[in-house]
Amino acid sequence: MGYIRINQENVNKEVVEKLQKLCPFNAFDYVDQYLSINAACKMCKLCAKNGPTDVCEFVEETRPQIDKTLFQGITIYIQQRNNLAHPVAWELIGKAKELTQITKEPVYALVIGDAVEDIVQEALTYGVNKVFAYQDDSYAEFNVERYTNVVEVFFQKYKVNSILFGGTTQGRSFAPRVAARLKTGLTADCTMLDIKPNGDLLQIRPAFGGNIMAKIHTPNHRPQLATIRYKMFNAPIRCEPFGRVVYEDCSKIDKHSEITLMKTKNKPQGKDISEAEIIVAVGRAFKKQKDLDLIKLLVERLGAQVACTRPLIENGWFDPRKQIGLSGRTVKPKLIINLGISGAIQYVEGMKESELIISVNSDIHNKLFQISHYAIVGDIYEVIPKLNQLLSQIL
Amino acid sequence: MNIVTCIKQVPASSKVDVDPITGVLIRDGNNVKMNPYDLYALEASFRIKEQAKDCQIKAVTMGPVSAKKVLEEALYMGCDEAVLVSDRKFAGADVLATAYTLSQLIRYFKDYDVVVCGKQTTDGDTAQVGPEIAEFLGIPHVPYVVEVIEIKQKSIIVKSAYDEYDEITEVSFPCLLTIEKGSHVPRLPSYKRRVLFQDYRIKTITIKELQDNDPLNYGLNGSPTQVEEIFPPNKRANSIFIKGTKSEVASQLFKILKEQKYI
Repeated sequence: MGYIRINQENVNKEVVEKLQKLCPFNAFDYVDQYLSINAACKMCKLCAKNGPTDVCEFVEETRPQIDKTLFQGITIYIQQRNNLAHPVAWELIGKAKELTQITKEPVYALVIGDAVEDIVQEALTYGVNKVFAYQDDSYAEFNVERYTNVVEVFFQKYKVNSILFGGTTQGRSFAPRVAARLKTGLTADCTMLDIKPNGDLLQIRPAFGGNIMAKIHTPNHRPQLATIRYKMFNAPIRCEPFGRVVYEDCSKIDKHSEITLMKTKNKPQGKDISEAEIIVAVGRAFKKQKDLDLIKLLVERLGAQVACTRPLIENGWFDPRKQIGLSGRTVKPKLIINLGISGAIQYVEGMKESELIISVNSDIHNKLFQISHYAIVGDIYEVIPKLNQLLSQIL
Repeated sequence: MNIVTCIKQVPASSKVDVDPITGVLIRDGNNVKMNPYDLYALEASFRIKEQAKDCQIKAVTMGPVSAKKVLEEALYMGCDEAVLVSDRKFAGADVLATAYTLSQLIRYFKDYDVVVCGKQTTDGDTAQVGPEIAEFLGIPHVPYVVEVIEIKQKSIIVKSAYDEYDEITEVSFPCLLTIEKGSHVPRLPSYKRRVLFQDYRIKTITIKELQDNDPLNYGLNGSPTQVEEIFPPNKRANSIFIKGTKSEVASQLFKILKEQKYI
């Protein structure tokens, strides 16, 4: 809470230039010798911290503080479809159990659906303290309006400290709806979570396209909401259930909706490289199509999808849907291994956001190395067979 | 029929870094462009207009005065009106405060049937603002729209792409749609329209004109989330070079994959 106050007496042309250069968001306007901050300001407070002295000052305004002890429990929303839980929920339970070691809060699971008995039992085996189940025929399919009503009722009744959602397409449409309903904060697509002893959840995510990380908190609102990417945490080891199950009365919850689901069609799985978590990408250094056999073992062991550069599409070695780059697909897997790819800018733009980039190339000056986390200097025809030897030893 | 299309000006480059010594955010704030997802939101709006009768499209954005540039682009592409909502009191807005401000602007228009947003922005990357606007307006939303199938008298039928499945839904007006990238090829701004809008003045709305003008609900004050800290990611900014004999580099590669638990 607060604002940036500008001491106009100390403003001069030099000061303005300094501030305009310092501000990453172009938020300083200087008109008629009056310096003001426009709506582009993100309150990063850099101007107050690192700007010319006695010009910008952050004025803290205090607001009535909530009593945080009234809100207890980290709740995991168990996303389900056709009464099968999405595994991201179990990972979130695993993380919640770690976090509650610090705050000594219970871990809850929240399940909404039409026949959730199996999911309820499954959730218990991950060691949650309580499962809250809202079961009704009208909850068979995910409906953002009906489901939001449920979460609202749940929070009003149980006053939980935080609710975590999987960062799936469903979760990312659902959680914001809940946040606006409960007028609280929500951080999208967290990649890390931490907690303070007072229960403040630290929500960590890449910001501004992924080159920097931001640690976000919700200091004076409850519940604290976050969506978390799939495959960020580990599911806990399953245990003998000790938690309790509470089936809630749904009869009084509003079930009206303006959205009618007409048709659902499952997508063919594992076809689209943009969805791949692990990619082995091959380039022009492969001289013959037959040589692609070299990567078979690696691909199998990693559970990777194979992708390629444009020249290999032109050779007719791959389906065009397998091409990475501006004229192909953009990919952002957790791991990409580039084999014998020279790194034309069009290719680099299509994969530079990948989380871990390993590239193998015999040319030490190749452009892809500059953006790779690991640049492995070597000929693919030499390195891969050696790697295959090591891979075949472990299983 | 009235459409409101929400767009945003974003940095042209996503390259943002933290100075490792001073911890200062380095960003080239001078180069800006329209959020790429919004081009698809606009195109979807134009397609709805083409199918519907007597349809008007308003492009809106929240931001500094300089954000009028993206509104002009939207006009040249095919929007009928453009409105900027801008106020110093909006500074430091997080998702909730941004969505609230836009919802207040949309309420100010009174008549609207469809609100169209891009799926997400390339600077915030949250994909949350659209659904939150819908909630604040008390209207349904359908996310990740890849195709507008049919426009009826009081509803619209659209196809959405979720992670593992596609859904076709019918949603009543008024509603909000968020549009997935790649849904339809966005048209280019036209010179003819540029001439047409030569003397057009983009309207600016400030907090005073909104129904709720309590500054505590906007900007930093209306934002439940706060950035406590920014820091460089753990992953190495500089490449690690691995050189040696073929056996050495292969075993290094093997070790990395093992350490990262990929094998």
